Amino acid sequence: MTSVRKDNYGKINRDKAVSFTWDNKEYSGYEGDSLASALLANDIKIVGRSFKYHRPRGVMSSGVEESGALVTIGSGSKRDPNVRATTQELYEGLDAKGQNAFPSVNFDFGGINNYLGRFFAAGFYYKTFMGLPPFEWGKGTGIWMVFEKIIRKAAGMGKASREPDPDSYEHSNDFCDVLVVGSGPAGVAAAKETANQNLNVILIEQDSLLGGNNLADRKFDPSLLQKQLESYGVRVMSRTTAFGVYDNTVVGALERVTDHISNPNTSLPRQRFRTIRAKHIILASGALERHIAFNNNDIPGVMTANAARHYLNRYGVLTGKNIVITTNNDSVYQTAIELHEAGSKVTILDSRKDISMDLPKEIELHLETLPFSINGSKKIQSLDVCKAKDKTNKYTIICDQVLVSGGWSPIVNLVSHRGIEPVWNEENLCFVPGDIKENITVVGSARGIWNNDDCVESGIVGANEAMNTLGIDRKEISFPSVGGWSNSIDALYEVKSNKFPSKSFIDFQHDVTAEDVRLAHREGFVSVEHLKRYTTLGMANDQGKMGNIIGLSLMAEQLDKTIPEVGTTVFRPPYTPVPIGALTGRNVDKHFRPLRVTPMHQWNIDHGAKMIDVGLYQRPWYYPENNETLSDSYIREATIVRKTVGICDVTSLGKIAIQGPDATELVNRIYTNPFAKLPIGKARYGIMLRDDGIVMDDGTSWRLGENEYFMTTSTAAAAKVMSWLEELLQTRWTDLKVNVTSVSEQWAGAAIAGPKSRDVLNECVFDPNEITNENLPFMGVLQTKLKDGTPCRVVRISFSGELAYEMYIESDYAHGMMDILWENAQKYDGCLYGLEALGALRVEKGHVTAAELDGRVTIDDAGLGKMASTKKSYIGSAMRKRGVLSADDREMLVGFFPINEKETFNAGTIVCEKNQIEGQGVGRITSVTHSPELGHWIGIGFVKGGLEKWKDITLVGADPVRDKQMEIKVVSPHMIDPEGKRMYA
Amino acid sequence: MIRIKCPYCGERDHSEFTYGSDASIKYPALDAPESEWTQAIFFRENIRGMQKETWHHTNGCRLWLEVERSTITHEIKSVKACHPQIEKITKSKL
Repeated sequence: MTSVRKDNYGKINRDKAVSFTWDNKEYSGYEGDSLASALLANDIKIVGRSFKYHRPRGVMSSGVEESGALVTIGSGSKRDPNVRATTQELYEGLDAKGQNAFPSVNFDFGGINNYLGRFFAAGFYYKTFMGLPPFEWGKGTGIWMVFEKIIRKAAGMGKASREPDPDSYEHSNDFCDVLVVGSGPAGVAAAKETANQNLNVILIEQDSLLGGNNLADRKFDPSLLQKQLESYGVRVMSRTTAFGVYDNTVVGALERVTDHISNPNTSLPRQRFRTIRAKHIILASGALERHIAFNNNDIPGVMTANAARHYLNRYGVLTGKNIVITTNNDSVYQTAIELHEAGSKVTILDSRKDISMDLPKEIELHLETLPFSINGSKKIQSLDVCKAKDKTNKYTIICDQVLVSGGWSPIVNLVSHRGIEPVWNEENLCFVPGDIKENITVVGSARGIWNNDDCVESGIVGANEAMNTLGIDRKEISFPSVGGWSNSIDALYEVKSNKFPSKSFIDFQHDVTAEDVRLAHREGFVSVEHLKRYTTLGMANDQGKMGNIIGLSLMAEQLDKTIPEVGTTVFRPPYTPVPIGALTGRNVDKHFRPLRVTPMHQWNIDHGAKMIDVGLYQRPWYYPENNETLSDSYIREATIVRKTVGICDVTSLGKIAIQGPDATELVNRIYTNPFAKLPIGKARYGIMLRDDGIVMDDGTSWRLGENEYFMTTSTAAAAKVMSWLEELLQTRWTDLKVNVTSVSEQWAGAAIAGPKSRDVLNECVFDPNEITNENLPFMGVLQTKLKDGTPCRVVRISFSGELAYEMYIESDYAHGMMDILWENAQKYDGCLYGLEALGALRVEKGHVTAAELDGRVTIDDAGLGKMASTKKSYIGSAMRKRGVLSADDREMLVGFFPINEKETFNAGTIVCEKNQIEGQGVGRITSVTHSPELGHWIGIGFVKGGLEKWKDITLVGADPVRDKQMEIKVVSPHMIDPEGKRMYA
Repeated sequence: MIRIKCPYCGERDHSEFTYGSDASIKYPALDAPESEWTQAIFFRENIRGMQKETWHHTNGCRLWLEVERSTITHEIKSVKACHPQIEKITKSKL
């Protein structure tokens, strides 16, 4: 046993033992443990395998930067891969497993890769893609396709569950004056200072306990801090990570609500995605300790020095018996003393000379000494060390743990999200935040301030800066200076090895070695952004938190430049991984998008409708009788409409009330056809164009009064047309006295179509003789009432080509309207029909919908050119004939028949000439249906040059997606009753 | 996240709004020749810096707003209703 639990240490609850499983074996820890601390307390050193070489990995840190101890938590649908054991709180029954290893992390067959290292160096994947080395064998043969499968299986970390996520997630919105990120000394000071001024302050902390690095202090009590902050009025959110900072001081945060509970209350979400809108942000995000690259610096037992202090003082785990601490700075000395006091033998290697430190005499201090190479494979046996000046002067120290401190890097990630480049501080060898022009202040070690007291001071100064921007006048702002160690740090990033291939790691998870960086340089990668992508340095889960600076320093060395000259890669959100589930929140399944239903939705379902999603709407698709299929049902429905009468819910059409003295002027300007002389009580079908002359939408407008119109739009373009009218009236035609109001939800509509529709209507309305051809001619509008006196609007309009009407009623009366229509339609052997039959009927007539008017089609293409007035100007009139829009070979609307009447085809079929079945052909089929009237399949669509050009020529319909081809011919789109005799009947 | 101070509703997330277009475009008269329309529709500046643009408060009061926004930093300098009469009313309301 080398790592053990110590009595009288730690902030864990020793009264509450917690049992958990690691790789299917049961262990015990305490409440307050992290998974990593519990594993260490059980002396489990190997907790993972690395990405490429499958080298054993141990716990290397105590926080979010962890790139060794990545494990899988849970199983089945709850399996969560790549969880950092260092931040996962222990709970009763926690089930954790090692990953990226077979059969286990202790003995892994994949470890063979370790000996094939030279083939897996930087750019391995790219090189394989180019053919196999050394002669690019297989280049261009698609060999990559074969290798990819093998590589993907071998590489990669934990596996995500393939099952649907059973957990729920929530979105939450917060507002505050000041948002403090981080609860270390600086953050706490800033929060107290601002809350004292009665500002609305939120403090967020990613850890379960408050205190930041104070948690590594033996005497520090986090529970007092929580109470204290709350007494100041600070809203404290722990287990919440600020993962991104966005425009206007908006912060994205992830709260882990139940990830630390064994059997969470099912009413609680697993995680909560918080959008916090602050007026000022104070970032007290702290700093992370760096490693040093030297041979075998990844053997389990290597961790940062500060992590060992955390494990001792927060979790009561002494991580080694015989510890070597290797450093280039002052920060490890307190740790060394505490580890010594806890009972370990401690040796310090400091790369610097002439430093003075007060140490107990039992702690050996080797100055100007560097770590050279660790001996051991699954655990540390000893460490070879060398002198800084003369690397051949080597000796070996027996040890079971090596703690490393290569300096500290302020967490500048969140500032970097705002596009603010960090600035290199040469004295302290770290990047500090650059000049910030937004309402963001960085305090504490996040701005490179190392001492506790200075951090507190910086928090207060930061609070003052925040208050200045909030209009509370405070004194001049003067931050404590960067740094604070008594001896200056030494530039030590790597101890070069004479071994080849060396295993000096800089990115532990992705197995990027110092040698890989040099290889990348030799192969011509000089930009850090390219280096990153080529070597995958900093692209693992930790996103370079551990290795970036070392990588940069090595690149700088190769390029003979300084680190600031080389620059750093851009940090982007999220700071730590955010599950997609949390981003999605509750917008899953039925709530994936809003559902719109018509006021007769329930009526339709009660009458047997099968529903279909159309945009956000659910509309009746077909009304099967006696287990009919879709196809049987719609053919029956369409046949009945043409024979007697059918009723269909058309409520989803957009409806706009246009009112005001200039209503006529507006309508006349937006439609291509004349509306100026439309009499009251008449409707007109109209086409709207966009500014650029392309068709926007079609619909009808009814003149209800001198200054009032009722406009219907297509279902698809309802919202667009409404916004468009508002834009015109508010930005361009501000002198027009007219108002537009969306009344889509206010009116329910039904189509009554078929030769018997007039008879049915007369049975429904108050005056049984009211609906006549004279009283309500084609395109006539009638405001009348139903038998029971309910007011309604009737228009004689036809989408099916039959004698047909649409009736609109206030939405609350929709069921009543359907009842009376249906009751009377049945008397005439009528039916209810759905969208499929509606489609069949309109395709037979060659009527266009959004499938045809797809934003590429002109009014002439759609065969509606005669609706474009030449006597007035309207939106799009100047542009509709421009250049390409009047070319001879434009695709024109036509109808299609299969040559073999038994043949079917699908929408999306490409129309080709017989001897040229390739590319985009000469046209496309946009809508198809079986035509009950004609007895075979028909389609409409577009073909270059139109009917004129292709009449009597056999073409081929190519449907490569469905691997289908059929011979077709081009016909007029008006396939039934082209003169409209039925409609005008 | 861009936050827009709607003169009618107050400060709201940009997700409530829909971007329109360059607000400085002067659209020609409907009977203007094709060349003028071509100029207005297809020849647009790609501004780096402060730009006047229209935004529609689609999920709010449905006003069309003229927003002065920096295309570099998203800083918003001013917001007003596009319609002059509405602008007067909302201004006096504030």
